[in-house]
Amino acid sequence: MPNTSPRVGLFVTCLADMFRPTVAFATVKLLEQAGCTVEVPERQTCCGQPAFNSGDRKTTADIARQTIDAFDGYEYVVGPSGSCIGMLHQYPDLFISTDPYFARATELAAKSHEITSFLFDVMGLETLQEKLNQLRFDGTVTYHDSCAGLRELGVKDQPRKLLQQVEGLSINEMEEAETCCGFGGTFCVKYPEISNRMVSNKTDNISNSGANTLLGGDLGCLLNMAGKLKREGKSIEARHVVEVLAGMTDIPAIGEADYDLASQL
Amino acid sequence: MQINTPFFKERAHDAMEDKNLQRALGNLKAGFPEKRAIAVSRMPEFEELRNQGRDLKNHVMENLDLYLEQFEAKVIENGGHVHWARTSEDANKIILDICKQENAKTVTKGKSMVTEEIGLNDYLEQNGVQPVETDLGEYILQLRGDHPSHIIAPAIHLNLDDVAEAFHEHHKRPKSDDPAVLMQEAREVLRDKFVAADVGITGANFCVAETGSTIIVTNEGNGDLTQTLPKTHIVVTSIEKVVPTLEDMTLFLRLLARSATGQEFTVYNTLSSGPRREGDQDGPENFHVVLVDNGRSEMVGTELQDMLRCIRCSACMNHCPVYGAVGGHSYGWVYPGPMGSVLTPQMIGIEKGGMLPNASTFCGKCESVCPVKIPLPKLMRHWREDEFEKHLSPKAVRYGIAGWAFLAKRPVLYKTYTRMATWFMKRWAGKKGKIEKMPLAGGWTDWRDMPAPQGKTFMQSWKEQQKAGEQP
Ligand code: SF4
Repeated sequence: MPNTSPRVGLFVTCLADMFRPTVAFATVKLLEQAGCTVEVPERQTCCGQPAFNSGDRKTTADIARQTIDAFDGYEYVVGPSGSCIGMLHQYPDLFISTDPYFARATELAAKSHEITSFLFDVMGLETLQEKLNQLRFDGTVTYHDSCAGLRELGVKDQPRKLLQQVEGLSINEMEEAETCCGFGGTFCVKYPEISNRMVSNKTDNISNSGANTLLGGDLGCLLNMAGKLKREGKSIEARHVVEVLAGMTDIPAIGEADYDLASQL
Repeated sequence: MQINTPFFKERAHDAMEDKNLQRALGNLKAGFPEKRAIAVSRMPEFEELRNQGRDLKNHVMENLDLYLEQFEAKVIENGGHVHWARTSEDANKIILDICKQENAKTVTKGKSMVTEEIGLNDYLEQNGVQPVETDLGEYILQLRGDHPSHIIAPAIHLNLDDVAEAFHEHHKRPKSDDPAVLMQEAREVLRDKFVAADVGITGANFCVAETGSTIIVTNEGNGDLTQTLPKTHIVVTSIEKVVPTLEDMTLFLRLLARSATGQEFTVYNTLSSGPRREGDQDGPENFHVVLVDNGRSEMVGTELQDMLRCIRCSACMNHCPVYGAVGGHSYGWVYPGPMGSVLTPQMIGIEKGGMLPNASTFCGKCESVCPVKIPLPKLMRHWREDEFEKHLSPKAVRYGIAGWAFLAKRPVLYKTYTRMATWFMKRWAGKKGKIEKMPLAGGWTDWRDMPAPQGKTFMQSWKEQQKAGEQP
């Protein structure tokens, strides 16, 4: 176990920032419960993936430098997305080895973790177990393994092990849980028809699992799958896994109507 | 072969509407990946073999000239001939010249993707030599005037009915949809062709430098007849297929069979080491190897060098969700799937091939199953970078990225913008919690709803909370 109260910089991720702050708040809550001190650096924006995957290396490097500066000095950097954290792990590739940013990028990559993997692998289940055992979630969930988290960062068992601590919750695995949902960042708007076919396969597998809640660790994929479930008129709820782990499921699920908030507009 | 790659999207659209094709693709998805998974689970050292395969191929690519020269010297020593073909045209010409020398009317052909790449069949036909495909899948395609949609299962896009129809039309026999009857029919028809052929053309899965041998692996045995019956055997292959020793070859055979079909070993493994020698019971009188470059040597020493490790097992396409949705013909040229998305731009140019490396979510499944660990997503990104640098990316992408980058590089401005955008989307969604249609977001909302933002941005709410916390 690391030192008792590590100082963690939260990598909010642009999608959590704009679409679902609950995910970031849940992440902060879990980190604090596990004993971390959490700060949110002001100068972060996005991890740079839209540029990186569009072939714009220069812009990606500019954004990487900004992110490296923003997270200077933290013991760890943690974010609720395997995809964005995976991007941080790619930063060293953007600089030649004599560039001072190369060493700093390598350092950032080494201390950056996806939230469930950070809680389980770095902090250890025992730091959180008591809190998780106090939770109750009556329902059957199915878990989508988002690609970058799974294949770049090895996130597979960690979220499931954490979820198993929650009273009342059972997991029904769907077929092809590890197959891409078709989001792929800009892919879903550049090749919408193919993306649609992929997400349709996914929602079929989700409904066939018999679960009433879909969980995952990446908002991009969740927005895609939730949007498709909604369009198909299916009543399965979609949430980021941290919402369940932080006991924040009283907030409407992704894409659900929220009358209170709406009436305040 | 005609290049239809720029029409990838249109072809993908048609493919997804094609019920028969979708049925065939469904079978593929259930077939190869499952068999591979079983084969891999039975071999605990598989991961270690992948590392060895990668390292060995890297070593070969770093000494490619050396091994190729060694291979050439050995082939000559064995009494064979080696021809170097820089381009497809060169290769076709060399092969035609050999056919002419032999006064060949018909040539039989084993399955070879390199001959598809260079467009050999059309070229031979135009010049009065009739090629006859002897691999069952390739034979069916030839009857239909069709092309492979998969590198090891060329006719995977067809159903039994299509085959029955093609046989009925060309063999002029009663129509049958019994696979055993069709198989027998093909055997009978092909047997005559084997005997009549003057030249046999095969590909090679590997070329062994230490012995000057080439090897083909098949499950039908057609390759054996193709290369032993005619007087002349021409091996058409490409320069990256060379491996140092026979033992090295066996490493790749183990990786190949498991990754491709989930077999522990392919049924027929046929080595060719030159023409028939004194006392040999069979074998050709003349043995030629045509080594095709076609852009490969330009990849050496660049980021794309990793792609030269490819052993053409097809695992990447078998596991690719995009290939699984649209099938091989959508890719519009010879090589489909992730490996094709890297190779095609190299061979036909990024101007024409740019659609392919973009048609990926970078899910990484291909890389995770590749027996020689080729970083396929990274190499597709290489092409996107090339496109971007050459200003070939679509305007919408360029301007979109530029606008977004302008904000993303200015955190203060970015926060203001995201606040406004979030507020706007929330308003647009109204009380529904989701957006069913939104200007400029048709790519998303034509197909699925857009979940609405919760309200404020996290950064905004966080700041407010911190402030409230400070004031007692
Ligand atoms: S890229 Fe890898 S997985 Fe794909 S065909 Fe080549 S060797 Fe096989």
